[in-house]
Amino acid sequence: MSSTPRPGAPAAPGDLLPEAAKILVAGGFGAGKSTLVSAISEIVPFHTEEVLTRSSMGVDDLAGVEGKGTTTVALDFGRITIHNRLALFLFGTPGQGRFSFMWDELAAGALCAIVLADTRRLSDCFPAVDYFERRGLPFVVAVNCFEGARSYPPDTVRRALTLQPEVPVMLCDARLRTSVKDVLVKAVDHVLLLETERSAHA
Amino acid sequence: MSAAHEWSYETDGPVVRPYAMVRGRTRNEGYWFDLVAFVVAAVDSLDLRLGIQPEHRAILRICQVPCPVGEVASRMNLPVGVVRVLLGDLHTAQAIHVREPTCRTGRPSIRVIREVLDGLREL
Ligand SMILES: Nc1nc2c(ncn2[C@@H]2O[C@H](COP(=O)(O)OP(=O)(O)OP(=O)(O)O)[C@@H](O)[C@H]2O)c(=O)[nH]1
Ligand SMILES: [Mg+2]
Repeated sequence: MSSTPRPGAPAAPGDLLPEAAKILVAGGFGAGKSTLVSAISEIVPFHTEEVLTRSSMGVDDLAGVEGKGTTTVALDFGRITIHNRLALFLFGTPGQGRFSFMWDELAAGALCAIVLADTRRLSDCFPAVDYFERRGLPFVVAVNCFEGARSYPPDTVRRALTLQPEVPVMLCDARLRTSVKDVLVKAVDHVLLLETERSAHA
Repeated sequence: MSAAHEWSYETDGPVVRPYAMVRGRTRNEGYWFDLVAFVVAAVDSLDLRLGIQPEHRAILRICQVPCPVGEVASRMNLPVGVVRVLLGDLHTAQAIHVREPTCRTGRPSIRVIREVLDGLREL
């Protein structure tokens, strides 16, 4: 499977297919995940109600997931073509901690994550923040500005979430494409910085 | 972590019917078929060997243009676990080509990160 082609050998047909990168969008119920994905996706996002089972995950040690357990998980699946050989996928994923086993699959090889925070229910995004911190997946916190919600400066949110100082926190409106674009650019820029530092130390 | 114990076969209903479609098989050998792995048909049609099912043909039709696994699953309206098994069959029959994301386990390369960043800035 992992055979390296000899130099000059013709590429395997699969290698001519586009490469894929992915970004996760997490946050509590109604935090604006679906809205954010559809604001920027070039396709109408696919909304799937995945039935997940232990075996469908292909993972052997799903702590806490019983052998026959299944659950249904809604997933928004958006797409941005970067160029004809590279596509970026966005996954809006449920924020409850009990779905974190699914994040394991989604987070594998992901560029980074966007955590959408709703200041009316800030604690709803704790599981996502915990998960990405523990896993070491770079993330940014985007504070979704709902009408009627008191607005908090990003630093207040940062303190409330006890985030590491390097984690970007920004305000956003998930309904606006330009605002979502800014969040994505910020997130990937953050990843580039971290990866550049990491490779400098390696 | 313990919250995951709250749902179970008993409370969340039976194992879903679509798994009967793949005769209870839940794993395929070889490819993992990541949600964002691209799949494209390598053939126009399938002959009738090897217990080919209508779902195999439907997948092949969807994949006349390269399509990510997650999109195949939503267009088929099937759980991704089932679609993975069906894709495994198609791969065994040499009916599809697959490209898994290069960084399934590790971190994406700096090249990919830069290209994504440039692409996003141009949106
Ligand atoms: N004012 C305002 N409303 C928003 C914003 N983002 C989302 N909404 C609204 O909030 C509601 C919930 O948004 P969704 O995108 O469905 O949230 P979600 O996180 O996908 O919700 P679930 O999938 O149910 O967890 C919708 O009515 C949106 O129109 C925002 O930035 N500002
Ligand atoms: Mg949603």
